[in-house]
Amino acid sequence: MTRAARCADARTQNQKRRAPVIEPQVHNHAPVRQDTLVEIRDLHFSRRGRPIFRGLNASIPRGSITALMGPSGTGKTTLLKLIGGQLRPDRGQILVDGVDIHRLGRADLYRMRRRMGMLFQTGALLTDLSVFENVAFPVRENAVLPEGVLRTLVLMKLEAVGLRGARDLMPSELSGGMARRVALARAIALDPMMIMYDEPFTGLDPITMGVIVALIKRLNDTLGLTSILVSHDVQEAASIADRLYLISDGLVVDSGSPADMERTESQWAQQFMKGLPDGPVPFHYPAPDYLSDLMGAAQKEGA
Amino acid sequence: MLGSLASLGRWALGVFERLGRGHLFLLNILMSLHVVVTRPRLVIRELYSVGVLSLLIIAVSGLFVGMVLGYQLYITLVRFGAEEVLGSAVALSLVRELGPVVTALLFAGRAGSALSAEIGLMKTTEQLSGMEMMAVDPIKRVIVPRFVAAFISLPLLAAIFSAVAIMGGYFIGVGLLGVDSGSFWSQMQANVDFYEDVMNGIIKSLVFGFVAAWIAVFEGYDAVPTSEGVSRATTRTVVHTALAVLALDFILTGLMFGDI
Ligand SMILES: Nc1ncnc2c1ncn2[C@@H]1O[C@H](COP(=O)(O)OP(=O)(O)O)[C@@H](O)[C@H]1O
Ligand SMILES: [Mg+2]
Repeated sequence: MTRAARCADARTQNQKRRAPVIEPQVHNHAPVRQDTLVEIRDLHFSRRGRPIFRGLNASIPRGSITALMGPSGTGKTTLLKLIGGQLRPDRGQILVDGVDIHRLGRADLYRMRRRMGMLFQTGALLTDLSVFENVAFPVRENAVLPEGVLRTLVLMKLEAVGLRGARDLMPSELSGGMARRVALARAIALDPMMIMYDEPFTGLDPITMGVIVALIKRLNDTLGLTSILVSHDVQEAASIADRLYLISDGLVVDSGSPADMERTESQWAQQFMKGLPDGPVPFHYPAPDYLSDLMGAAQKEGA
Repeated sequence: MLGSLASLGRWALGVFERLGRGHLFLLNILMSLHVVVTRPRLVIRELYSVGVLSLLIIAVSGLFVGMVLGYQLYITLVRFGAEEVLGSAVALSLVRELGPVVTALLFAGRAGSALSAEIGLMKTTEQLSGMEMMAVDPIKRVIVPRFVAAFISLPLLAAIFSAVAIMGGYFIGVGLLGVDSGSFWSQMQANVDFYEDVMNGIIKSLVFGFVAAWIAVFEGYDAVPTSEGVSRATTRTVVHTALAVLALDFILTGLMFGDI
């Protein structure tokens, strides 16, 4: 694409932002409710023959913070990649703003992605660019702006995460929490309609964790974003989420507001929410009987 | 018995699958080549890290190879009293053979491995995935500039290698062993043909450049996203490039020999 074309593209993009960007396609399923931004229907997905999702349903209301929670390895990251169109489901649909994301052509998919921000588990900052250039990156690549405007925009985004002073640092000079905040500033650089957070709380000290929690809440409210939060940190997620989904074994086990989940009847939800070591999810990986296992080892050694 | 047969089959399937992925990847690169025109700065930056930073090792190696050639060829030629053709012998072996091949091997070790490691690490740290989510195509932004830079650099480096090596041969032959300077150069001018020799060398280095660039970026992009995966990808780049270059050199030499 030429620079001029990209510029024009970015401009139409801005105009479209107010109206629905892509005409909603007609589906034979029930229509999406107006206040739902992301609708996951009967999602099936497997990796290397191992099923990860087996008919998952969820809907994410506009303007809210929705937390998708589950133990490590349930496929939370995979789910976000499915929503972002980086992976294709085996069956089922994911509608984003009324559009089936996996039926979009390449150009439309990329246009859609400009409206989605994603915060990766690792931050995924470009290691050869400074903090400033990292935040400027999606803007430079997707639009042509005069350098002065770009600078203002980047500084505004950095100010929003409290790191305007760190603009000249390289990613290797940042602490874990700072890196995540820079990644957050970058994720909102294109003024997306939604933002997906992959485990934003893991590996942070309590103070930084508090900062990130507050930041997610504030960005959601002030920018009018829709936030999808994937996490296994129950307390933090429950403290800011409007709605929780508990995912286990490829299905939604339970869902509701944080208060509902506290009072849930489901044993599994109880165990997960309270962090009990044993319950429906056993502490032990399946193994033969302990005593006979020990005896067996002893016999083998004796032989 | 059946088990080993099955694992042989699995191995073969794996090889063909990788070959298929490699070719699809190449197709993808070729279809995105227009970024070279729309964003030349990306290529220029990579030309620096891939090409310019390889200059030193290429020049130093060229000097040593040339000096060794000077010694070895002199020993043979002086027996037949033909030491004045030393210049053309050195130049021919460099331009037709050693220049492109040795440069490609050094390039795989110096630049190819670095490219694979860089791309593999970008994949491991989700930088490529992150770009996709920012609506930036990593093939266009990361892979094509590196591929093109490597493809352009290798033939240029091969030319520099040959030139420096001829100087090395001159230094030993004329400076140390007393071959006549005039006959060193005039024999070279008389016996090295532009189309037969120089062009064939250039064709070889273009082919090697293409293959070395392709292998390096593919191994990086296809690496298993772990530290072990990246280290394996780096090793594979060097090994596969070396094997591919030597095999292709044999084939190309055979084809060019047939022409004469
Ligand atoms: N690239 C991959 N190839 C094959 N399996 C994968 C890949 N990435 C993740 N998996 C598997 O998919 C499952 C879900 O992974 P992931 O979505 O990362 O879980 P979570 O984010 O909930 O911890 C895991 O069991 C993991 O082993
Ligand atoms: Mg994960």
